[in-house]
Amino acid sequence: MLIYFCKRLGLAVLVTIAVSMISFMMIRVSGDPAIALAGEAATSEEIEFVREQYGFDRPLIVQYLEWASRAIRGDLGESPYMNLPVTEMIGNRIGVTMTLGICALSFAVLLSVPLGVLAAIRPNTWIDRLALTISVIGQAMPSFWFGLIMIIVLGVKFRLLPISGAETPAHFIMPTIALGYYATPAIMRLVRSGMLEVLASDHIRTAKAKGLRWGKILYKHALRNAIIPVVAVLAVQLGFMLGGSIVIETVFALHGIGHLAWVSIGRSDLPVVQAIVLLLSIIYVVLTFLSDMLNAFLDPRIRVK
Amino acid sequence: MTDQAQSFDKGLGLEVVFPSPGRIMRRRMLKSKGFLLGLTMFTLVVLMALLAPLISPHDPYDQDLSQRLITPVWTEQGSWEYPLGTDYLGRDNLSRVFYGARISLLIGFSCMLIAAGIGTSLGLLAGYFGGIVDMVVSFMITVRLALPAVLVAVAVVALIGGSMDVVIVVLGCLVWDRFIVVVRANVQQIKSMDYVPAAKAAGCSVFWILMREIMPNLMNNLVVIATLEIGRVILLEAALSFLGMGVQPPMPSWGLMIAEGKEFMLFEPYLVMIPGVALFILILGMNLLGDGLRDVTSPEGGA
Amino acid sequence: MKHLLEVKHLFVDLPLPAGMLHAVRDVSFHLDMGETLSLVGESGCGKSITALALMNILPPKAIRRAEILRFEDTDLLRLPDEQMAQLRGAKMAMIFQEPMTSLDPCYTIGNQLEEAILEHKGISRHQARERAVYLLDKVGITGADSRLKQYPHQLSGGLRQRIMIAMGLMCGPSVIIADEPTTALDVTIQAQILELLASLQREFNMGMILITHDLGVVARVADRLAIMYCGQVVETGYTADVFANPLHPYTRGLLDCIPVPGKTKPGDKLGSIAGIVPTPIGDLFGCSFRNRCPQAGADCVQNVDLLELSPGRAFRCLDRPEGLEVSS
Repeated sequence: MLIYFCKRLGLAVLVTIAVSMISFMMIRVSGDPAIALAGEAATSEEIEFVREQYGFDRPLIVQYLEWASRAIRGDLGESPYMNLPVTEMIGNRIGVTMTLGICALSFAVLLSVPLGVLAAIRPNTWIDRLALTISVIGQAMPSFWFGLIMIIVLGVKFRLLPISGAETPAHFIMPTIALGYYATPAIMRLVRSGMLEVLASDHIRTAKAKGLRWGKILYKHALRNAIIPVVAVLAVQLGFMLGGSIVIETVFALHGIGHLAWVSIGRSDLPVVQAIVLLLSIIYVVLTFLSDMLNAFLDPRIRVK
Repeated sequence: MTDQAQSFDKGLGLEVVFPSPGRIMRRRMLKSKGFLLGLTMFTLVVLMALLAPLISPHDPYDQDLSQRLITPVWTEQGSWEYPLGTDYLGRDNLSRVFYGARISLLIGFSCMLIAAGIGTSLGLLAGYFGGIVDMVVSFMITVRLALPAVLVAVAVVALIGGSMDVVIVVLGCLVWDRFIVVVRANVQQIKSMDYVPAAKAAGCSVFWILMREIMPNLMNNLVVIATLEIGRVILLEAALSFLGMGVQPPMPSWGLMIAEGKEFMLFEPYLVMIPGVALFILILGMNLLGDGLRDVTSPEGGA
Repeated sequence: MKHLLEVKHLFVDLPLPAGMLHAVRDVSFHLDMGETLSLVGESGCGKSITALALMNILPPKAIRRAEILRFEDTDLLRLPDEQMAQLRGAKMAMIFQEPMTSLDPCYTIGNQLEEAILEHKGISRHQARERAVYLLDKVGITGADSRLKQYPHQLSGGLRQRIMIAMGLMCGPSVIIADEPTTALDVTIQAQILELLASLQREFNMGMILITHDLGVVARVADRLAIMYCGQVVETGYTADVFANPLHPYTRGLLDCIPVPGKTKPGDKLGSIAGIVPTPIGDLFGCSFRNRCPQAGADCVQNVDLLELSPGRAFRCLDRPEGLEVSS
């Protein structure tokens, strides 16, 4: 178990270093950052000034190490557009995005796990077909379009829900559905196929031969085994949702970090964009690490050697 | 095996007929509603794209401000002149939908080819050689999955400048993960089959084994993944264009049309509905086709 | 005399894409207390399906029909599912052939041993634990206390099969069905497990149905046997009787395949049965063995009934060895 823990932790650290390099390089390779920061209309002196000011004239590796060592201490630089520390800008917005992400994940789990289980224990019935339909439609519907339709129908036509902003919990309902619905198919399919596989396995036959009640077999033996791979996928899905929040936050004018990223891209506020890419990647790495640990906790084959 | 059905025990009353794989596949195709529906939708969109210049009633770029925001034909103010109405610049929606199919399909196929190239070659190497190569490739997948794809794509496209070529390259370089995962797992499985060591023993080169012994056995799965990935890429492109960082105006990208229609959606919801439905049909078609192909080609039958 | 378990004219059909698979066709047998009956046959002959049909844990789509399916005084055919579940594990236990996958990887041995008795007998956890320790000792597992806290993946196949046996005995069943309990194990372990099963069966005076394809196993532990082929019983009788005087050509073929100490000399060729087992799909008629039978004749396309020579001794063949007295 300790070896497993160390291996996973080591991998997480390596991935973090790799993503930090990529988010650092992303800005450099796609054009001269000095020009981007100074603006298209800047004179060559202004560009030179920016280049020196930000240290763009030094070797890349030095720039990276300096940026990374400051990032570790929580200093992600300053936004040249807003003249505010990036950490502060993100700190003000992250709460909204995390709330949205967790709500969307909960919505997806509450919808997909029961449906997946029902579809697996009643294959080829109407409930299975309903689950399949929901998952097929969910995968094909662009989440931003789904969001817009909800705004038109629920927000404007029936005036049930507020259409933009983040003031009350009601503001989060439509964004939660729009974002969570997209993750539902993946989870539901995994629950369904996992349950079908476990239900056909030898140890379920043993449980039946022991005369256990059907409900107990389903809950104690089938779901317990089928849920293990689902846990891993949940972390991945939450990471995807946070990444996809840029689209949904834009649609619903939720001022989270996705929205911040979009606005910052529009005004070439590179340090902010860079920091958000890094932050979302690190959140993903932490989530997968935690899910690995949870996996080990749930699966004795990993936990007990 | 040939198409000819085999049977034995004739006259025993214990007659069993085994149809050939090709025949099973065709029978499954015709029986799978999802596959047929997906194929129909996909064909519909392909026809729209191919025949766009012939069937479009107007030039998709023709602006006519006197004809702006005309509602579709089924509404009171609609007319057959503009069956799906016009947008805020007076362009014909139907023609833009037809030409938009070209953009979606072009981007979908090109990105898929780039991604398939990267993913298949890396997956082949990782699966065949294992060890350190496999570790490096697995690490690449983990890093790639950690990056928020939409955000990175939007940022890079914004920095380089949005155009269709840029979108294709950027997305193609971001969506190879599933190709690697599937190819790698598949190669590991195939590698242990007797015919690969047999080829090795016969002195075949690694390249020969990869191309002639392993690749043909991957094709079914590759086609399935490619189909599903086209759908995924089209979805990503739409999101990018919707955010204004993908295909640039005045091109009739469906995602862009939704973004443009968003301004007017409270009064003219059809501006958002029409390109959205087109997107939905295409992506649904690709997904059904991909899932259908998987069920149809899987040797053990599946669901 | 009333038998512990009685099966008359059992049929099991499985709908498959290729057609209806007649997995079990007209199988009849009975089992008494303290007796071992062996169901023998090649894989796919319907012997495992017969066992699953007795326990009523067939695949969901399978169709079970029978004239009589009686256990003690209970009519299993008309028993509601919940009451059948109460019977399973409590009075009828089953041991499967795959000890590696037949235990749930997520729970400890102790948990899995105790859950059936907690479900059926309404006793305390402490009592259940005591019973588990007692039975682990009975199946020859030492250090029971620490074993109970272990997970299945920490144990070898032989140990797991011993645990499966202990699990089957937890509630003190009167019938135990062992479905190829030794097939997946090393040869050296096989003998040990078999001895263990036989001695426990004697000690607890249970009726045992032993399903196997291994005639060597049958010779060692079975009182009576039923040879199955293609879903049908082709010959049944007391073990010694059948081995000494096989009546069905399939039985003779099987017996020719195994070496007999003292008779088979070094260098002798063992027999084999030519051809492959047909799959019983579709409308069937005639003797199922006729395509492989050395004695087959034109009459073999007619349906053949089981011919009873004496109580418990029957066979299903038109070719009757000379001098046979037919009682009915």
